[in-house]
Amino acid sequence: MEKVSADAPHGAEHEATTTGIDHRKMLVWAFLGSDCMFFGSLIATYLVYKDKSLDGPLPLDVFDIPVTSVSTFVLLMSSMSMVMAYAAISRGSLKGFRIWILSTALMGMTFLAFQVFEFRDFANHEVHLTCAGLDLDELTTLEKKVAEGCDQPGVIEVFDDKNGLTPRTNLFGTTFFTLVGLHGAHVTIGVIWLLSLFFYSFRQRATTERSLDVDLAALYWHFVDVVWIVIFTVIYLLGVFEGF
Amino acid sequence: MTHEAHDAPGGTHAAVASDHGGHPTPMTYFAVAMILSFMTAIEVVVFYFTWLGAWIIAVLALLSGAKFALVAMFYMHLKYEHRLFSVLFVTGLVLSVLVTFALLGLFRFF
Repeated sequence: MEKVSADAPHGAEHEATTTGIDHRKMLVWAFLGSDCMFFGSLIATYLVYKDKSLDGPLPLDVFDIPVTSVSTFVLLMSSMSMVMAYAAISRGSLKGFRIWILSTALMGMTFLAFQVFEFRDFANHEVHLTCAGLDLDELTTLEKKVAEGCDQPGVIEVFDDKNGLTPRTNLFGTTFFTLVGLHGAHVTIGVIWLLSLFFYSFRQRATTERSLDVDLAALYWHFVDVVWIVIFTVIYLLGVFEGF
Repeated sequence: MTHEAHDAPGGTHAAVASDHGGHPTPMTYFAVAMILSFMTAIEVVVFYFTWLGAWIIAVLALLSGAKFALVAMFYMHLKYEHRLFSVLFVTGLVLSVLVTFALLGLFRFF
């Protein structure tokens, strides 16, 4: 296989193509561009139906920002780990590559575990209120509805476990689970891709071609990360901000 | 350059390094990761500054955009890659933003 040009941009050296750029890499970039539109339309749909739910739970009831911040941090660190894996394979360090790619996959799995925990928590959402000294202004819409039980004489506590959030509960549930669930599906595919690269590294030694394989997987992984950056801000942080 | 030249892991260093010349060093990757973590921490802290009012939206959008750009430029190597890759990605990105705002306008979100 011939080198196209000594000073061609990265990605151009692998094949003598009409564009001078590796076709696989160009295809991945085209796919990522189209995936932007995919997630863009899902985010738009979420926003369009925001505040249109007839009944709770709503973002204020279920979102736990500190927990989601930790999972966001894990995903950001996995991106760093991924570039380290790419840097290792690029300099021919197979051992370094295996360590970094495995740590990336583990962080991806940790992120998915957070998501499973979060989804289970939402589905089993409970409201538990003590009637004495209730400040209605501090309560969410769902909590206010549950707090109506305090009006009956002799009631000191109210409890509700029938308002879990699932995709069928309300418009918020439908759009939220579709968007975040599909992002989770992307992460799952990414983890499988990374693990397959890890196991494949035991069968073949480091080559330039392998470096490109890792580069393509890394592009996909970073894309999953940037999509989460947007989801975390628009859906989670702005979701519980009452002025939005 | 042939693939045979890269077969031995130990012998790949110089050739592959030249193939990927101009890419950031691991220290740069680490520095970007620290900046990203710091910005995420600021996002979470800013979120509790209720006195900022609607400005929180602008601050969060700015921080989110900056994080997006950092990952795309340094981790996805867009800053160092062929311009065509940037065109492909940014076209999709711009279209998605336009579609988002068009839908929001259509459904009277604003």
